[in-house]
Amino acid sequence: MLDIQGLSVAYGPVKALQDVSFEVPTGTITAVLGANGAGKTTLLRTVSGLMRPQAGRVTLDGTDITRMAPEKMSRLGMAHVPEGRGVITELTVEENLRLGELGRARNGDPVAIERMWEMFPKLGDRRAALAGSLSGGERQMLVIGRSLMATPKVLLLDEPSLGLAPRIVAQIFDLVRTLVDEQGLSVLLVEQNARSALSIADLGVVLNLGRVVTTQEAGALAADEDLRHAYLGF
Amino acid sequence: MRKALDTVRGNVLLKHSLIALLAAALVLLVMESVSPFRQGQLAMMAYYAIAAGGLTVLTGLSGQLSLGHGAFMAIGAYTTALLLQEREGALPMIVIILIAALVATVVGAIVGVAAARLHGPYIAGATLALAVAVPGIALHFSSVFGGEQGLNVKVPEVPRLADDALYFLTGTETSTSEWVAYSAWFLLIIVYFLLANLSASRIGRRWRAVRDDEVAASLAGIDLGRDRVVAFVVSAACAGVAGALLALASRLAAPGSFSLVLSLTLLSAVVLGGLGSLLGALLGSGLLALLPNLATSIGSSMGLSDVKAAELSPLVIGLTTMLVILLAPAGVVGSVRQLLAGRGPRATTAAAGTPGAGADTPTVAEPRG
Amino acid sequence: MQQLITTLLNGLTMGMVYAAFALALVLIWRSTRIVNFAQAPMAMVTTYIAMVLIEGGLNYWLAFILALLSGFVLGAFVERVIVRPVEGKSDINAVILTLGLFIVLHALAALVFGSDYKSFPAPFGVRGITVGGHSLAITPFGIFTIVAVIVVMLLLLLLFQKTDVGLQMRASAFNPEVARLLGVKVSSMLTLGWALAALVGSLSGLLIAGGNLVHPGYMDSVVVFGFVAAVLGGLDSPLGAVVGGLIMGIALSLVSGYLGSGLVSLAALLILVAVLLVKPGGLFSHASERKV
Ligand SMILES: Nc1ncnc2c1ncn2[C@@H]1O[C@H](COP(=O)(O)OP(=O)(O)OP(=O)(O)O)[C@@H](O)[C@H]1O
Ligand SMILES: [Mg+2]
Repeated sequence: MLDIQGLSVAYGPVKALQDVSFEVPTGTITAVLGANGAGKTTLLRTVSGLMRPQAGRVTLDGTDITRMAPEKMSRLGMAHVPEGRGVITELTVEENLRLGELGRARNGDPVAIERMWEMFPKLGDRRAALAGSLSGGERQMLVIGRSLMATPKVLLLDEPSLGLAPRIVAQIFDLVRTLVDEQGLSVLLVEQNARSALSIADLGVVLNLGRVVTTQEAGALAADEDLRHAYLGF
Repeated sequence: MRKALDTVRGNVLLKHSLIALLAAALVLLVMESVSPFRQGQLAMMAYYAIAAGGLTVLTGLSGQLSLGHGAFMAIGAYTTALLLQEREGALPMIVIILIAALVATVVGAIVGVAAARLHGPYIAGATLALAVAVPGIALHFSSVFGGEQGLNVKVPEVPRLADDALYFLTGTETSTSEWVAYSAWFLLIIVYFLLANLSASRIGRRWRAVRDDEVAASLAGIDLGRDRVVAFVVSAACAGVAGALLALASRLAAPGSFSLVLSLTLLSAVVLGGLGSLLGALLGSGLLALLPNLATSIGSSMGLSDVKAAELSPLVIGLTTMLVILLAPAGVVGSVRQLLAGRGPRATTAAAGTPGAGADTPTVAEPRG
Repeated sequence: MQQLITTLLNGLTMGMVYAAFALALVLIWRSTRIVNFAQAPMAMVTTYIAMVLIEGGLNYWLAFILALLSGFVLGAFVERVIVRPVEGKSDINAVILTLGLFIVLHALAALVFGSDYKSFPAPFGVRGITVGGHSLAITPFGIFTIVAVIVVMLLLLLLFQKTDVGLQMRASAFNPEVARLLGVKVSSMLTLGWALAALVGSLSGLLIAGGNLVHPGYMDSVVVFGFVAAVLGGLDSPLGAVVGGLIMGIALSLVSGYLGSGLVSLAALLILVAVLLVKPGGLFSHASERKV
């Protein structure tokens, strides 16, 4: 579904990614793991067009999207939930969702906003409230719901567990797994919380100082004690 | 010889003194060889340069933008005019100029205390309001300030001592307007000498530190507020001196001389030369003083009426300012320096020193849509 | 009493005009973090366009609307061609750029239209309405001014709150990066924002001009009053800008009526400084910690 080949990105002299290659197969979760500063956020920002790579190629379903502007990607079925502040806090919950719908993929069927209220009853209760008044977990639900409104084929998630209680993290990861299993979504999940991420992922990519250390099946990766100790911290 | 040169290089004060002496000699040479009309233009260049020099310290070094320095010039000019209503028993010119500077300094301190707590567009707006308010005051108290017509200035005679000294040096008599032009240039040299030393001093370094990285500077224990006020006061004093000279040179202090456009063109002079460079301010002021005449004569030769041809000069100044900001934000002097240093003119942005705005942040650099 | 009522009604009318101008500043500030000081000469230029059209024999209302449209186009042009390169960079450079534009538009207007005072027609009387022998302080043109500003504001409110484009414009202003990820063409939204702002600014220019004298600098003080009004409202809030405009209109009208018109700008300066020092986030902010 999403194919990343030889991607290199730099901030001026700082090389953030070097020759990164891997694939996100259709209907799977690929987890990219690594410590602070490994280049995970940079990777997602480059894939979704917010940054330009020095070298390399990104293709979505066979279409070259390497230097495409980010605003064009949602129509092709790419949704990116950025790190931290993904909700637009000054808009209401419902307005955030409507924005998602405005960027709906070209061949996606409209998703009724009512479906979201069913999926996330808490959001339904607060549909007219400003998104800035939601709790961290609710915000994460909102951004995921918002990307679903755009009927994506590929979902990029940047540290959805950041700052959330373990119970909420489990809920969100369950939701992501269900979406993949039931709707055939492909997910590129970036996480520091490697243990939880590997528990739902199909594939794991370990990133260290901007380079891919290894790409393996999630189960195998979780079982490799040396790798875990060296790069994943558990 | 080489040793002497090294000493001069090492000692900033000595270096600045030598440049000042050379400049004074140059002023004598130039002033004596040009027509009275050109002398008037030179006087104009000098007072613009004094005001622009102060503004350079404020905007270029301490990073505060003022759109209101025309107001401080107006204060200096009206103070001078009020003190020079009679030629009999008038104070010496230099004392009057100092008083004008002092009044501008006091007002500058008040405004500066308020401005020190403001940022970017807020300082800009507040000083813009000041630029509009001060001429209004002159209009309101028209019995004191002469209303729309303004106040005439009775320029004092050339002091005997100065007359004799100039006669000794040049062999010619000195008229009062020539004397005003001389005074303007000598004051310009003194002001720039002081500003250059100030900029090289500890407070100058602190100003730059604050401008470049406010957070780091305040963490390093720099009292941001006080330094900002000092910069404001210094620049207001310069504008006061400039205003006094304007009144002396044009023999008039009237609200029309201090329009918003004056304040804005002063800022342009600073931008054109390069924010933060005194040499740049001087060059920019030269442009301000010389361009109107040139543009008007070009305009007239193209068949425009005089009134319309006079508008060509602000048009050119405004356009050049915009182009400089868009193409060479380091200004003329800054760009030349960067070229000499082999870095190309795009390496840094002039004003706020935000290197991130260029090539290093791909998100900002890329075109949208 | 009579004078007080006249002064207040006059203040209300001017307040609506300042409100429109402040709104124009806020719209631009919200989306691009630039205070467009060139808004004043931009409005002045469109007023001259209306005047030329009317003098050329065009119907007043047609000229009025064409002038508003030319303001819209001018705003879009300025954003696309002039301001775009400095968006998101050093704010000093952006301010200086708008000031350069200020000088240029002034000079251009003086070159093309002349720098002398010209009288601008009004479609209605500018004398007080008489009812049963009593002359009221409000003029027909004053009423038109108030209605026009209210109508434009309601239209803007509808646009922002009820349409997809409005939602996308707000998203672009609040969080451009997320908006782009959601498929919003942020750059077009910014252009549209500048264009609409320039249209509203032009409206205030035309309303001030109606029945008055026009010259290249006639909007210069309005940019100050509009800016102060916008700061009163917090610079980020369209509603605040409207309230701030009304406050400024009435306050300045009182100053002008009772103290003298020369002190109006000084009063604006004092109000501005007082607000910035006491409540830097604007009159309606809860906290005053925002950095200004
Ligand atoms: N705007 C920037 N300018 C310069 N360097 C940056 C910038 N953003 C990130 N970097 C550098 O690029 C490298 C990768 O950063 P990135 O944010 O992609 O890491 P990350 O894996 O997402 O880290 P985290 O887990 O903390 O979110 C780091 O060395 C970082 O310091
Ligand atoms: Mg990250």
